[in-house]
Amino acid sequence: MRAMVYRGPYKVRVEEKEIPRIEHPNDAIVRVSLAAICGSDLHLYHGMIPDTRVGTTFGHEFVGVVHEVGPSVENVKPGDRVMVPFNVYCGSCYFCSRGLYSNCHNVNPNATAIGGIYGYSHTCGGYDGGQSEFVRVPFADVGPAPIPDWMDEEDAVLLTDALATGYFGAQLGDITEGDTVVVFGAGPVGLFAAKSSWLMGAGRVIVIDHLEYRLEKARTFAHAETYNYADYQDIVVHLKKITDYFGADVAIDAVGAEADGNFLQHVTGTKLKLQGGSPVALNWAIDSVRKDGTVAVVGAYGPVFSAVKFGDAVNKGLTLRMNQCPVKRQWPRLFEHIRNGYLKPSDIVTHRIPLEDIAEGYHIFSAKLDNCIKPLILPTAS
Amino acid sequence: MPYTARRPQRFSREELESRIPGWGADLDPADRPAVPRERTDLQTGAHWEFPERQPEEWPRERSVEHQFLTPVFGTTVPAKGVSGAVRKYAYRFSEGRAAHWLILVAADRVDAWGSHLRSFATLRPDNPVTETGVLSEPARRGFRSRFDGKRPDVKHQWLDPVIVAGPWLGVAAAGIAAVRALAARRSGT
Ligand SMILES: [Zn+2]
Ligand SMILES: [Zn+2]
Repeated sequence: MRAMVYRGPYKVRVEEKEIPRIEHPNDAIVRVSLAAICGSDLHLYHGMIPDTRVGTTFGHEFVGVVHEVGPSVENVKPGDRVMVPFNVYCGSCYFCSRGLYSNCHNVNPNATAIGGIYGYSHTCGGYDGGQSEFVRVPFADVGPAPIPDWMDEEDAVLLTDALATGYFGAQLGDITEGDTVVVFGAGPVGLFAAKSSWLMGAGRVIVIDHLEYRLEKARTFAHAETYNYADYQDIVVHLKKITDYFGADVAIDAVGAEADGNFLQHVTGTKLKLQGGSPVALNWAIDSVRKDGTVAVVGAYGPVFSAVKFGDAVNKGLTLRMNQCPVKRQWPRLFEHIRNGYLKPSDIVTHRIPLEDIAEGYHIFSAKLDNCIKPLILPTAS
Repeated sequence: MPYTARRPQRFSREELESRIPGWGADLDPADRPAVPRERTDLQTGAHWEFPERQPEEWPRERSVEHQFLTPVFGTTVPAKGVSGAVRKYAYRFSEGRAAHWLILVAADRVDAWGSHLRSFATLRPDNPVTETGVLSEPARRGFRSRFDGKRPDVKHQWLDPVIVAGPWLGVAAAGIAAVRALAARRSGT
């Protein structure tokens, strides 16, 4: 089969790989019909996530058709059209049985601090991802769900992470009616977080980014008020000014490490890999939220330490909430919102790239060429 | 506005409802899908107490913070060669230790360089042009975009050649030096 393969920082290519096989009785092999590149894949691509081995296939956002199932699989069968949440999880451990699917204890031998994620380094369990023709899906009775007949495949693939995570970010913000919410980052997750904030009753939604075309999307797609931080000496002061020197009630960090804001941090974090990434957006979130406010973090951070302004968080009495999204818990509600027309996830898709051109896809997305917001990957038909 | 006990409010509920499709559909904080955080009544589809164990076909590295190898794990790219030895060493340290992660990152660099070198002995050597995707630039205003402030990577682009191309040039220089040394030795004998 053809699969995207990591060759080292900033280098990927398509290679011929063996079709994955059933390795556990509850495995399924899924033939991928549509995958996506995610902003957090860029952390892998930039070589920032420890234990990203040359030869691995990325891609934790994918949908496809069940090709083969292991002997203990009961809930799906070959031929089923399924969407697969980015979390690999067992469904029965202490954490899974409490609904904390992203914190499963039974799928990631390499670390206890994070669960299992498809195509996201050995730090997340060493699973291959879906930017490929086929992918191994462990615990097929637990993770995958049938794609409803009425749902577009492009909407479904965005539900496997970006939309669910953005919605989860707004949930973590504990938004109450009339809250002012500021979202850092107008990438897919930030756009969905902004949009979801309204569903939860926000009174004002502000989106901060430095790319005009993404801010334009935040205005039209997410009805947000937007500011380009590059236009302001100090974006934190500006946010205070426009909120009557009060600060936002809720701040959502949808950027994660490697907000390209500070040169020193860029060099120590991104280039020299001495920090888990530069937490510029998180520090802005801590600074611009009001005292006793809530900061929600859904951006990707690596396990290496980051220089976070924790003292300010303590002294302001902030609530910091964060996790990887337990994707499948969000699905039933998000299905309803899509059916009601409140959400149209595929509106943010800008690029559809054949798997064979994956190196170009990563470069376009990483350098933000061509007004790229969300690239989808089309596996070669075979 | 003076610093009063009232919170600043911009828009009325009616304004928001008329402007934003679905505004307030999930207004009740208790009725949101991942609230409360922990729920024990969810059906996951699991029909096991503890999953069957996936066979371990080679010594699989694991965090010392785990009691045993988890019942399911990824099997892609087993640790091998020098980078593999470095990785296995890193797994002696807990995740709480910076050493664990920094050694893994170092192993990643060793792996990348080892793999580049090994690729030159195969029918498909690494290609720094096609694999970095820079060929997508000409068709997508790659050159002009460096000047119109739309690229996040321009701030540090002066540094990129050093970090991305530097090691390639280093290897090339070392290769040339080795060939010269060899030639010198041949002509010397
Ligand atoms: Zn993702
Ligand atoms: Zn579990």
